[in-house]
Amino acid sequence: MQPGQRPGSEAIAGKGWWAAHRWLLLRRAAQLSILALFLAGPWFGLWIVKGTIASSLTLDVLPLTDPYLLLQMVLTGHSPEQAALIGALIVLVFYLLVGGRVYCSWVCPVNLVTDAAAWLHQRLGIRHTAQFRRNTRYWILGLTLLLALVSGTLLWELVNPVSIVYRSLIFGVGFAWLLVLAIFLFDLFVSRRGWCSHLCPVGAFYSLLGHLSVLRVSAAARERCNDCMDCYAVCPEPQVIRPALKGAEQNTGPVIMSGNCTNCGRCIDVCSKDVFHVSTRFNNSTTSQFAHKTEVTP
Amino acid sequence: MSDSNDSMGVSRRRFLGDMAKTACGVALLGLGVGLYSRQAASLPATALRPPGALAEEDFLGACVRCGLCVRDCPFDTLRLSQLGEEVANGTPYFVAREVPCEMCPDIPCIKACPTGALDHGLTEIDDSRMGLAVVVDQESCIAFQGLRCEVCYNICPIRNEAITLELQHNTRSGKHALFIPVVHSEACTGCGKCEKACILEEAAIKVLPLHLAKGMLGKHYRLGWKEKEKAGGSLVTPDQQHEYNLPEGMRYDYEGRGLIVDEAATPTPFGDNPLDTLKRGREGL
Ligand code: SF4
Ligand code: SF4
Ligand code: SF4
Ligand code: SF4
Repeated sequence: MQPGQRPGSEAIAGKGWWAAHRWLLLRRAAQLSILALFLAGPWFGLWIVKGTIASSLTLDVLPLTDPYLLLQMVLTGHSPEQAALIGALIVLVFYLLVGGRVYCSWVCPVNLVTDAAAWLHQRLGIRHTAQFRRNTRYWILGLTLLLALVSGTLLWELVNPVSIVYRSLIFGVGFAWLLVLAIFLFDLFVSRRGWCSHLCPVGAFYSLLGHLSVLRVSAAARERCNDCMDCYAVCPEPQVIRPALKGAEQNTGPVIMSGNCTNCGRCIDVCSKDVFHVSTRFNNSTTSQFAHKTEVTP
Repeated sequence: MSDSNDSMGVSRRRFLGDMAKTACGVALLGLGVGLYSRQAASLPATALRPPGALAEEDFLGACVRCGLCVRDCPFDTLRLSQLGEEVANGTPYFVAREVPCEMCPDIPCIKACPTGALDHGLTEIDDSRMGLAVVVDQESCIAFQGLRCEVCYNICPIRNEAITLELQHNTRSGKHALFIPVVHSEACTGCGKCEKACILEEAAIKVLPLHLAKGMLGKHYRLGWKEKEKAGGSLVTPDQQHEYNLPEGMRYDYEGRGLIVDEAATPTPFGDNPLDTLKRGREGL
């Protein structure tokens, strides 16, 4: 990236605007269509999906339940009905396959807000913001579990922005927009990428799943990297890229193995050299990755 | 050597410092959430939980606030609390005076609940206890003024069991009866239909959460006659026969008949005819 240039402009020049935004657009489409499925019921009487992101029933047969909530529930001492258990298991298996934090970048509504804040942050060139340690989220995750255990109630659900935002979209807004605004302003002025990448315990929970998940982004053609730094600039978790992209000397494989990677695919978009590809954790040999790279094109 | 030791010390110190900062921050957050929850989770008296809801504390641990119960309620009775409302946010409730529960025989709200926050063991809607109706204001309930109303009595899905009408003398008119609605907790489900139907501007009969509606006898209390019934006999042996010091031929019935004079066995010195006594004179006594 030349000074003054926006990240991704080289890719746009090289591949064209659409190709340089492919994953971003797919992701937005996924987020919005999931939301649309939930809203079709209350808005148009089209009951394909009932419930919220916390727990839902699709087409009257498929139960889905957030395993993070189920975990808290079990800690409060309640043994859930079968529907919740099966639902949580399905969700768990799904994210173990496609990547834990796919929840964050492809499903969670708050991501729209924080991505917007990060984008504006970059456009306005805001420099100095507070930085939390990235592992603060695991502390908060621990706290939420502890609160459930000690209080015997789902205490975190009283304030959890993720579920509040989703629920308020589906069941009526209340004061939830204030919360959205607060997160937006927090990410914009107080701490860049503060909420999703540093504090959110839901993201932390799915990061833990992400350590084990199968589908991953790989810097498969890392030898082509020209150090433009565009991927670092757009990545919500830039610390996850270096070990994979620059790991050739340390004999580290090209697959991004950090659970924090959200599988958003933005790095694939903005790389003008097509270094990144969708791959799996099993494709992580250090030798000649490029020869047998698996590319999944959307 | 000492140089590298120093820098290690510094970085370790910084690491520990960071850790302490994070821990303190997170602990503060926990404290905040804890305090907030104290008020956010206090259920106002008008908010009733759906049928089969676990006891409030357990309910708040089990309900994931998904709204599936709300969706499957055919009468739009239930709703999810929103941020800023007094009910713990996201949890389902209803307000009897607005939309009461119609007591669906198949209880779809319970069936929809994936977590069991609404107890799947409850299969008879008549067994649900969402609250308890109480005639909270006898001064404004027109039945107590001697007017015939009985709207709550008639609308009640468990008519003549959850609410009965007790007749009382109308002392104002002197010749009429009062038809007083009386709620019985063995039968009332707390559906709220009576509160909804009450013709007053502000309902005189209200469904309250059980803990507000019910009193509780001290746990050490024992009612003698009930214990006796349970034991199948007196617990204080032997069962004392109460003795009254009454003249011969008289008994006392403590169950309400009062003094009883046994006609037959009355060897009274006085005959039926008072003249006999007079005729007998002093020696007869
Ligand atoms: S590494 Fe790529 S896919 Fe992962 S979070 Fe960063 S930009 Fe998204
Ligand atoms: S019993 Fe019927 S009316 Fe009452 S809350 Fe459940 S679904 Fe709604
Ligand atoms: S269906 Fe159950 S878990 Fe969902 S909101 Fe209703 S009571 Fe709560
Ligand atoms: S709340 Fe009222 S209408 Fe409902 S069962 Fe009780 S007395 Fe009857």
